[in-house]
Amino acid sequence: MAHVRLDGIAHSYSGGAAEADWALKTLDHDWRDGGAYALLGPSGCGKTTLLNVISGLIIPTRGRILFDGKDVTALPTEARNIAQVFQFPVIYDTMTVYDNLAFPLRNRGFPGPEIDRLVRQVAGMLDLADDIGRRARNLSADAKQKISLGRGLVRPDVAAILFDEPLTVIDPHMKWKLRRKLKEIHEQYRLTLVYVTHDQNEALTFADTIVVMHEGRILQVGSPQALFERPQHTFVGYFIGSPGMNLIDCRLDGETARIGEAAIPLAGALKGAAGTAPSGALRLGIRPEFLTLHDAQGPGRVEVAIRTVEDLGNYRIVTALLGDTALKIKLDEEAPIPADRAWLAFPPGRTLLYHDDRLIEASP
Amino acid sequence: MNKIQDNRAWFLVMPVFVIVAMSAIIPLMTVVNYSVQDIFGPGNRVFVGAEWFIDVLGDRRLQEALWRQFLFSGLVLLIEIPLGVMIALTMPKRGWGVSATLVLIALPLLIPWNVIGTIWIIFTRPDIGLFGVIVNALGLGFDHTASPLDAWVTVMLMEVWHWTPLVALLAYAGLRAIPDAYYQAARIDGASAWAIFRYIQLPKMRGVLTIAVLLRFMDSFLIYAEPFVLTGGGPGNSTTFLSIHLVKIAVGQFDLGPAAAFSLIYFLIVLLFCWLFYQALQSVGTGDRA
Amino acid sequence: MTISLSDVSLVVGAETWLSDISLDLGPGAPHVLLGPTTAGKTSLIRILAGLDRPSTGRILANGADVTGKSVRKRNVAIVYQQFINYPSFTVYENIAAPLRRGGLPRKEIDSRIREVAALLHIDALLDRLPAELSGGQQQRTALARALVKDADLLLLDEPLVNLDYKLREELRAELREIFARRPSIVVYATTEPTEALLIGGRTVIMDAGRILQSGATAEVYKRPATVRVGEVFSDPPMNMIAGRVAAGRARLGSSLELPLGRHLAALADGPYIFGARCGHLFIDRRADDDLAIPGVLELAEINGSETFIHARHEETSWVAQEEGVHGLALGQPVTLYINPRHLYAFDDAGRLAAAPSGG
Repeated sequence: MAHVRLDGIAHSYSGGAAEADWALKTLDHDWRDGGAYALLGPSGCGKTTLLNVISGLIIPTRGRILFDGKDVTALPTEARNIAQVFQFPVIYDTMTVYDNLAFPLRNRGFPGPEIDRLVRQVAGMLDLADDIGRRARNLSADAKQKISLGRGLVRPDVAAILFDEPLTVIDPHMKWKLRRKLKEIHEQYRLTLVYVTHDQNEALTFADTIVVMHEGRILQVGSPQALFERPQHTFVGYFIGSPGMNLIDCRLDGETARIGEAAIPLAGALKGAAGTAPSGALRLGIRPEFLTLHDAQGPGRVEVAIRTVEDLGNYRIVTALLGDTALKIKLDEEAPIPADRAWLAFPPGRTLLYHDDRLIEASP
Repeated sequence: MNKIQDNRAWFLVMPVFVIVAMSAIIPLMTVVNYSVQDIFGPGNRVFVGAEWFIDVLGDRRLQEALWRQFLFSGLVLLIEIPLGVMIALTMPKRGWGVSATLVLIALPLLIPWNVIGTIWIIFTRPDIGLFGVIVNALGLGFDHTASPLDAWVTVMLMEVWHWTPLVALLAYAGLRAIPDAYYQAARIDGASAWAIFRYIQLPKMRGVLTIAVLLRFMDSFLIYAEPFVLTGGGPGNSTTFLSIHLVKIAVGQFDLGPAAAFSLIYFLIVLLFCWLFYQALQSVGTGDRA
Repeated sequence: MTISLSDVSLVVGAETWLSDISLDLGPGAPHVLLGPTTAGKTSLIRILAGLDRPSTGRILANGADVTGKSVRKRNVAIVYQQFINYPSFTVYENIAAPLRRGGLPRKEIDSRIREVAALLHIDALLDRLPAELSGGQQQRTALARALVKDADLLLLDEPLVNLDYKLREELRAELREIFARRPSIVVYATTEPTEALLIGGRTVIMDAGRILQSGATAEVYKRPATVRVGEVFSDPPMNMIAGRVAAGRARLGSSLELPLGRHLAALADGPYIFGARCGHLFIDRRADDDLAIPGVLELAEINGSETFIHARHEETSWVAQEEGVHGLALGQPVTLYINPRHLYAFDDAGRLAAAPSGG
């Protein structure tokens, strides 16, 4: 187990120095010992590159990587005590489940009885004990993926286990079982786990801490709740949640944000912060879940025109026009929807302001 | 699947039927026809049943040729398959070297069989051939026209030089199809180069190696042109393989009946061994341990 | 144009892939085929397209029998899960391909391509090759090719399944609007209940080669005819628990008891299966008559704006869908609450016996 530190890591595959050549743009980050992390972002954001930097499959162009304070930047994969689970199950076809699990230990010269004890322990934990004598190639995709994981878990010295979209080929109904298994293993072993995915569901379910990446940068590091409630960057607001956050161009006018003619009141703490913001693009952000729809005028409410209502069974998504801006509002299936004229309220505590895509922090 | 029926589709299949009939079925039936009859002339034939087959199976010269043939094909497989795999393993995986190596390796495959024979005759001649002169200069006394062993060595060299590239190309294609994740996982598991070969590369090459073994077995079992050009099956009968013997019976002695019976046996042997190889290679490392 | 299938079956070898499918399809609203992966959706789409011929049964188009007619003679467009485009054609040429055969004037072709490209937001990519596009853009190109030729029948076989969820979200909303404006018959196969609800129109629930239920999407969702429909048309599947009704009270599992009121009041005594959608289970009490289900937390799944709480009560796993993001530790005790007015009841043959009013 180890604490993993990234110190000014940057990587360019082409070796070019232009901004666009850097797949990773100067990252500093600490992976706490025993933390369950997810690296979340759309394809091409650099998350797999970063994972390969940690595992040692890529030597970064710049920066250092430290395991428990020891510089391992130049060390090859096999010397780093990490394990990795890939997108597609990697198993040794000709071996049995037992031999697959024993393989990393045999390569490292563990004594036979020790190997047997560790292999049986891990097989039991992964519910593979019944299949231990079977050929690995004859098992289902989820069992194979468990073997890949098992080859990491079986090593008593393993510092961190890395996952590269490990559930891609797993049947939907098996996915949640495997997620649960991962959670259990984390609770029991307290290993440092880093999980790369583009799927918010997997990231948020698996991890205590999510690292959101976009275009080679880390945009936010935080708990699932923080990403949902206080996205630090407009991209995080858009990417997390379905539908994503409403983001509306606005300007400041005293203690309110103005969208066209409509005035949106801001939370007390935000007023001061917003007043000091330098010039630049201002956007107001609010989650569809937090907007409320009313059939009468009231303080702080703005009139909107309802365009479409999508019935999704348990809830409905209303698309409403505020001036030219379309807003999504998520309503409970039993909440009334005004027939003709509707007013929208922005709860001040939930209404966030972004300056050049960055959240303006309200000083309390 | 219940496809849409359209009888015009038969026109698309027709050419294949015609070609297969002309190239395989009709000649084969002719051979079957010859193998059970004694033919003295047009309209003058006698049904002889299995007589030719019994005759042929009891022929000592043929038995010798058969064992010679098995030895030859066995050696070919034992040398070419490991050698081809080794070459494939050392070939570059990316960069300009890939296409350069591929062209170099493929060169022998582009040369016609009889030309190969001619090249090697000259190459190994003790008086003017580069190889022959050098080996003789070393005091080894090499002469493929006089020594059966030297004739064998020459035929083997020819065969290996000509066909190992095919095995290498197939093995290379198999190696390239292995996803990078396997190598990465193996590094993480601390596997040695040997373990990577034994547990990843070899199992993943099984499909292409099966094809390589089948092709090389069939081809080497039917070898004709090279020994024929080199020594005409000699010295003595030392390089008289099955097909050379067959031609001697059929063309040299014009014994069409025995030759036809022999052809059928020959065909069945090839078929049987291909099937055995295929079954064996398919079942290696599959299925659960009993 | 209308298409009807009557008693269509497809038998392949010893397996029945489709049995007794009877269905009327018309323009005006999209038809969603919803079912798990081996339900027979793709087989049905292939038969509709004329790629396969049914083993028995007939296909009528505007009343005329077209059962054996090949795909080339039908005016059909298909979009597959895989992004299928001509690799050596530009996006423009790809979209143009289906029009080339029709002998339209060049200007007409050009204007139609630009119109459909604009609709799908790929008008800036017309000169690119498919290999230079992202997955979402490739599928938009395939969609554009299907839309450009004004087919009578537009078939889509899980067209969004291979896309990232954000792209899926965007394209779904767009597709719904595009379908609304088209005069053709639209058939859309999917495994995802949410997608069926979003596309709207009418839904045909399929399972193991049969049609379980069909009707207006919202109506099917609110009144699932059988237990299986409840499972298929619900994500995650509807919570189900066996129970027994006696003397105006119901017992669920071995320990949960509740008085029967409202829509459940008319249930006769006997065994039932009770169902509840996860969106109606909560981790806090919302009304006095809520039924409390004590359990142990198995997993909290978070999808960004909701948390799915998996809890085990006796032998049954329950899933509750909570608004917002909740971090909960595995193995901790958790009590789920459901109001009886949201309960479904199915008889012991699995047929719907009572459904909540208004969903």
